[in-house]
Amino acid sequence: MAKVLLEMKSITKTFPGVKALDNVNLRVEEGEIHALVGENGAGKSTLMNVLSGIYPFGTYEGDIVYDGEVCEFHKIKDSEKKGIVIIHQELALIPYMTIGENMFLGNEQGKKYNIDWNKTYAEADKYLAMVGLTESSKTLIKDIGTGKQQLVEIAKALAKHAKLLILDEPTSSLNETDSRALLDLMKKLKSEGMTMIIISHKLNEVSYVADHITVVRDGSTIETLDAKTDDISEARIIKGMVGREITDRFPKRHDCEIGDVMMEVKNWTVFHPEFSERKVVDDVSINVRKGEVVGIYGLMGAGRTELAMSIFGRSYGIGISGSLILKGEELTLKNPRQAIKAGIAYVTEDRKGNGLVLSNSIKVNTSLANLDALSSGSFIDKDKEYLVAEEYVQKLKTKTPSVEQLVGNLSGGNQQKVLLAKWMFADPDVLILDEPTRGIDVGAKYEIYCIINDLAKAGKSVIMISSELPEVIGMSDRIYIMNQAKIVGEMKASDATQENIMACIVKSGSEA
Amino acid sequence: MNTFSIKNVLKKNTMAIVLFVVYVFFTIMTGGNMFTPSNIASLIDQNAYVFILGAGMLMCMLTGGNIDLSVGSFVCFMGAIAGVFSVINHVNTPLTLILVLVVGIIYGAVLGYLIAYLRIPPWIATLAGYLAFRGLGTQILITVSETSAISNFPDSFLRIFSGKIFETPWGEYNIPCILLGVIGAAAVVVLNFLSRARKVKKGYQVDPMYFTIIMSVIEVAVIMVLAVQLSLDGGIPVVLLWLIAVLIVYGIITEKTTIGRHFMTVGGNAETSRLSGINNKLVMFAAYLNMSVLTVLAALIVTARFGSANSFAGQNFELDAISACIVGGVSAYGGSGTVMGMVIGAALIGVINQGMSLMSIDQDWIKIVKGLVLLAAVVFEIISKKGNRKYD
Repeated sequence: MAKVLLEMKSITKTFPGVKALDNVNLRVEEGEIHALVGENGAGKSTLMNVLSGIYPFGTYEGDIVYDGEVCEFHKIKDSEKKGIVIIHQELALIPYMTIGENMFLGNEQGKKYNIDWNKTYAEADKYLAMVGLTESSKTLIKDIGTGKQQLVEIAKALAKHAKLLILDEPTSSLNETDSRALLDLMKKLKSEGMTMIIISHKLNEVSYVADHITVVRDGSTIETLDAKTDDISEARIIKGMVGREITDRFPKRHDCEIGDVMMEVKNWTVFHPEFSERKVVDDVSINVRKGEVVGIYGLMGAGRTELAMSIFGRSYGIGISGSLILKGEELTLKNPRQAIKAGIAYVTEDRKGNGLVLSNSIKVNTSLANLDALSSGSFIDKDKEYLVAEEYVQKLKTKTPSVEQLVGNLSGGNQQKVLLAKWMFADPDVLILDEPTRGIDVGAKYEIYCIINDLAKAGKSVIMISSELPEVIGMSDRIYIMNQAKIVGEMKASDATQENIMACIVKSGSEA
Repeated sequence: MNTFSIKNVLKKNTMAIVLFVVYVFFTIMTGGNMFTPSNIASLIDQNAYVFILGAGMLMCMLTGGNIDLSVGSFVCFMGAIAGVFSVINHVNTPLTLILVLVVGIIYGAVLGYLIAYLRIPPWIATLAGYLAFRGLGTQILITVSETSAISNFPDSFLRIFSGKIFETPWGEYNIPCILLGVIGAAAVVVLNFLSRARKVKKGYQVDPMYFTIIMSVIEVAVIMVLAVQLSLDGGIPVVLLWLIAVLIVYGIITEKTTIGRHFMTVGGNAETSRLSGINNKLVMFAAYLNMSVLTVLAALIVTARFGSANSFAGQNFELDAISACIVGGVSAYGGSGTVMGMVIGAALIGVINQGMSLMSIDQDWIKIVKGLVLLAAVVFEIISKKGNRKYD
C-alpha cells in the first residue's frame, strides 16, 4: 500500500442557504493520478478551492491532512508553499508576455528589486524541456497554441516545486491530439513521482490516465473506484455520477421525415480577418434538408465555427465567396440581422462570450434575437415577453426560480437551454448548433439531445458542429468531416464509425 | 416564489432613502432654510443641466461604460454660438434655435462616426472636444465682445428656457402650479393602480395592496409638497417643464422600447448583441448623437439662466453628469442603469451642494464630501452585488 499524501476528512462547506460540500472524504496516494468526476455543480471545484486555500481555513469544517500533518491554509500562497499547485480551467497566462515571464509571475527570480532575467529564462527553458516543449522561453504566449499554453501552465506549476498538481478540466479547450499529448505528459510525470488530481468531464480520458476515480454527486463523495480492480467503463462512471444508469446516451428520433433541401452552400471560401491571405474555409459545399440533423465533425481549428459564422450573415471572415441557397433562392446575407430574418440561427459554442448577456435576466435573453415579434412600433410588450420566457422555461425544463433570474447565476446546462430558447423563439428554418453540449453535464446533455430531436421533428434543419465523435455519430442523420478548412468526407450516420471518421482526417492530412 | 419583503424594498430604494435622510439632515442643520420655497426652486434651477446631461450620459454609459468628456466645453461653445446668432447678428429666436440644433447635430454625427465606425475610444475622441470647444468658445467670445461675454439675449429667447409661466407674486399660492401638481399626483396614482390591476388580471406576482397604497401616498406627498412650495415661489419654473419632458421621454425609451433594450444589450455583451442581429455601430452612433442634442438643450438652459454666454459656462458639467449616473447606480461597465436612478443621484449631489453652501461650508470641503459620496456609492454598489452572487 502506497503512502497517503493527502487526506481530506469530512469536509463540509456551506454557502448562505446552500450546503455545497457535505461530509466529503478524499484520499490521494503518493505518485498516483486521482480523478475527480461529477456533474457540474456537484462540488468538485469547491472541494479543490478548499484544498488550495481559496476558501480559507475556518470557513469550512473538517480536516486537511497533507504529508502527515493537519494543514490550515489561509491563502493560496500557503498551499503553494507546501507544494500544492492548482491549474485552473481558464488559462491564467498573459498573452503579451513571454513564456518565461509568465512562468515566474509572482515567483520572480533574482533579488528583491532586481529580476535576474538570465536566470529566469534559463530556469524556464529547463522546465519547458521537462514538459516536452521545444519553444524558446522568450516566445510570447499569444504566438503558441492553446495546447502548448496548457503545457506552459504545467511547466509553471513545476517551477513552483509542486508535489501535488491539481488540473481542473485541462483538456476542455484542446483538440484530441493535444489532449492525448497532455495526458501522456501526465503519465510521464507520474512515473517521475508526481502526484496529480485531475478534474474532467471527458470520461474516456479519465479512464485512460487515472489510478483512482472519486465520484462526487450533490456535494458528497459517492464512491472511489480503483482502476486495477474495479470496472471503470464510461457507463459505470456515469452511473455513479447521475445515480442512475443511462442506457441510451442518445435518444432516438422516431417519425421524423426528411424532406427537401432547405439550405445549400456551394464553393464557400472564407479568409481570415487579420491574416488576409489565409483561407479558413476552402471551397466548402454542404447542404441540409428539412427535418434533418447534419453533423459537422472536425478537430478544433478545422474551420467549423468559421464556416458557420460566415454563413450566418458574414459575421466572421473577409473575402467571402460562394453561393448560399435557402429554400431554392440564392441569397446574399450581409449581417446577422438579415440572416435571422432569412431564417438562419447560429447557436454559438461560446455561450458566455457571445451567446448570452450574463448580467441580464432569462426573460431579456430569450427575447433578444426576435424582439421585433414582441413589440409594436418600438414599444416592447413586456407581458408577452414574460409569457414567452415562461413558456420556453417550461418547454426546455430550465431549472430556475423565475424568468427574472440573471443568466449569469445559472449552471452551464441551464444557460445552454436559455441560449437554445433564444434561437428557437427567433423561429428559424435552419439552426446551426456549434458544440451544443460543451461543458455541460451528462444529464443536461441528454435533455439537449431531446430538444434537438424535437426541432428536427418540427421540420427544422439542424446543423450540429461537434468535436465529440460519439455525439456526432449518435445524433446525426448525415455527417460531414472537416479538416484544415476543407470538407474531407461525407457519410451517412449509419455507415459512420469512430474509426472511419478518423481515417478520413488522417488521410486528408497526409495528402496535404 | 414571492420576492416581496421589507428587506428587498429597502434594498431597491436605498438611494432614495439616503436622499430623504440627507435632505432632512440639511433642513435641520440649516434651521429649515433648505425647505423654503425659494431654495427648493433654486435647487431645480441650479441643477437642471445635470438632469438633462445625465439622461444623455446614461445612454452613453449603458453602451458599455462609455462617457462623453466634451459636454461641458460644448455647452460653452454652444452658448457662444447662440449668442453670435441671436445677439450679435439679430437672428430671430426660432431660427437661432434651429441653427444651434443643426450645429449640435453635426458635432454629434461627427463624434458618433469617430467612435462607432472608426472605433476611436470614446474618452479620447471626447477629450479632443473637451479641449477644442473650450478654446473655440472662448475665442469666439473674445472676438465678438470686449467683455468676453455675450449678454442682452432677447426676451423671446429667455422665456423659452428660463423664468416661470403664469407668474404670481412671491408668497401667494399660484393656482396653475398647484393644478399641475394635482394632475401629476393623480397620474402617478392612476398609473400605479392600473399597472397593479393589469398584473393581477394576468396572474403575475404583485406586491401587496398596502404596499402599493403606501408607495402612492409617499409619491403624492412628495409631488404635492414640491408643487405647493414652488407655487409660493411664484409658479412653475420653465426648466421644470423641460426636465419633466426629457425625463419622461428617456424613462420610456430605456424601460419600454426596443431601442433602450438595444443600448443595454450592447453594454451587457457587445458580441452577443451583434450576433443577435443588433446593429452595434448604429447604437453607439445614436448614443453620441443623442448626447450632443441634449447638450445643446443644456447649453440653452444654462445660457438663459445667466442671461449671458461666457467662457466659464459648462465647466465640469461632464463630471457632474457622470457623477449623477454613478451615484444613481448606473453601471460603470455598461448594461444597467435607470433614468430614475440617475435622477436620484443627481438630486443627492445637488442637495449636498446646496445644503453645505447654505451652511456656509467652504467649497473645498464640498468637493471632498462629493468625492467621498461618489466613492461610497460605487463601493456600496459593488459590495451589494457581491452579496447576490451565487456559489460556484
